[in-house]
Amino acid sequence: MLKPENKIFKNLYNDHGWEIENAIKRDDWRDTKNIISKGREWIINEIKTSELRGRGGAGFSTGLKWSFAPKQVGSRPHYLVINADESEPGTCKDRDILRFEPQKLIEGCLIAGFAVNAHVCYIYIRGEYSNEGKRLQSAIEQAYQKKYLGKDACGSGWDFDIYIHYGAGAYICGEETALLESIEGNKGQPRLKPPFPALVGLYGCPTIVNNVETIAVVPTILRRGGKWFASIGKPKNTGTKIFCISGNVNSPCNVEEEMGIPLKELIEKHAGGVIGGWDNLQAVIPGGSSMPLLSKKICDTITMDFDSLIENKSGLGTAGIVVINKDQDIVACMARIARFYKHESCGQCTPCREGAGWMWRILDRVVKRKATFSDIDLLSDVTKQIEGHTICAFGEGSAWPVQGLLRHFRKEIESRCREEPLIKKRTNNPYLVDQHLLENKNA
Amino acid sequence: MSLKKVHDNQPKEFKFSDENLKKAEEILKRYPQKNKKSAVMPFLYLAQRQNDNWIPLSAMKYIANYLSMPYISVYEVATFYTMYNLAPVGKHFVQVCTTTPCLIRGADKIVKLCKEKISPNENEISKKGNCSWMEVECLGACVSAPMIQINDDYYEDLDEKSTIEILDSLIKDKPLKSGSFRGRKNTAPEKKQSVNGESHA
Repeated sequence: MLKPENKIFKNLYNDHGWEIENAIKRDDWRDTKNIISKGREWIINEIKTSELRGRGGAGFSTGLKWSFAPKQVGSRPHYLVINADESEPGTCKDRDILRFEPQKLIEGCLIAGFAVNAHVCYIYIRGEYSNEGKRLQSAIEQAYQKKYLGKDACGSGWDFDIYIHYGAGAYICGEETALLESIEGNKGQPRLKPPFPALVGLYGCPTIVNNVETIAVVPTILRRGGKWFASIGKPKNTGTKIFCISGNVNSPCNVEEEMGIPLKELIEKHAGGVIGGWDNLQAVIPGGSSMPLLSKKICDTITMDFDSLIENKSGLGTAGIVVINKDQDIVACMARIARFYKHESCGQCTPCREGAGWMWRILDRVVKRKATFSDIDLLSDVTKQIEGHTICAFGEGSAWPVQGLLRHFRKEIESRCREEPLIKKRTNNPYLVDQHLLENKNA
Repeated sequence: MSLKKVHDNQPKEFKFSDENLKKAEEILKRYPQKNKKSAVMPFLYLAQRQNDNWIPLSAMKYIANYLSMPYISVYEVATFYTMYNLAPVGKHFVQVCTTTPCLIRGADKIVKLCKEKISPNENEISKKGNCSWMEVECLGACVSAPMIQINDDYYEDLDEKSTIEILDSLIKDKPLKSGSFRGRKNTAPEKKQSVNGESHA
């Protein structure tokens, strides 16, 4: 349980006002000049000491990422890009930071920008968050008025500007290289890595891309010390995290908690428990839709941190927890997620573009009780054909939830399949051609 | 990838209004001079707002000229992103989130109500009330599920009753105020109350 004095986001629900005057009362912008005067090395080392891991899903060490930026600025300028394209189903934490704690993000941008030698920062906000973007813009203007941004930002001697760039409803733009493509004015299709953005990023220049929550915790870490942050949570999984608890709970909410808190405690203490009681729990998606679901048995004991979820073949992702109770049709829930991925595939790599549709159609057949037993193996095969065969991690993100369903609910799926094959004209079908598609126009 | 159809009836000409021209020049200042192509997304938004919330082909040509980039590149961007409407939408444009977190809290009921109250099909402008609706993917307000977006605003914590009220208010052209319809503050947990022995969120 997180002690109140260790909370970083004190205004998560807007109890105290988002404006810069109120933010300053909450210690934002205190000692910023002093922190910057300690130099790049000190900042990056302190972040390394804190063992902060990126909050956008992959959980990569933030200090390490910053140290990849070239030490000296060559002929190309450096950029800092903030990923606020929050579109992972189950996740809505960045929205609250943009609305209610914008100064934490802005201050973090200045410090991170200084640490990676960037004078310009772009914040990429998803287009739907238009009101949140306007709020952030007014917060940025307030910071300019106080001379915390612009020339000689905050008296640090560092020039720093922040611009907002809106997305327009493409989930894939949350992938860092697709996001950069989008800022450059192209379709949001991911780039091959390497080269990594830290060396060749926005406009071909060294670019560091970080999630909103990652950057927003940086100023507090530097004010209170990396050791303080590392003392919260578990080793290698340190600090606090905003959890979004949605789905079949009595009181869905966003809450900041310690990393490594037991899932059961999180749901019962903050979200009012599962609707119908803990025994009515069917499954939990622990980290946004792309992380495989957990069965109730695992949920009984699991703790919410990167490493213990990986041990259970899932992941913390964005910590968007979707609780599914026994009143729901689990296959229909996952079929809807498969439809999401089918809709959002950028279409660049064939396995993902075609496979996402396959997974959705097969799951949809299972929901309608029109699938055969061989469909289950086919489904499993399709997920394997996608995984690892695409440019970006979207392929894994779409295949893993289906694999999770197969792992934990295979019996449930089997009980809905029919022995009698639907496919009668099975002869000479080329490998992996979906006969249902050929026969059924609406499939 | 979104499937989008360009509208049959296209206006011949498009030009930014004087106000939008000023905004466009401001936008260009955000990006390096040799990368003015970056402004294509904000420009498409400007065009969409100026033209009753949809983008005609002539606007894409205009933007292509403005930014000295090929027309096809602008077309590519406009068709890739789902939030650019390539055909007219209602003055009150209702977007219903139906992804899993909203689905398990009853988004399908909201879809049903939209079909009854606005139009039987998606993206069809209602005869009365000047509304249209469509299903969309996750809008990023999962703890306030189910929810809908009307133009720029989020309407959260809905149920059937509140959805009917909202849709009726749109038809009367007097939209209700956005926010939570269960009276809670933003995304804070609700205190459970016991009313007549039953627990209420």
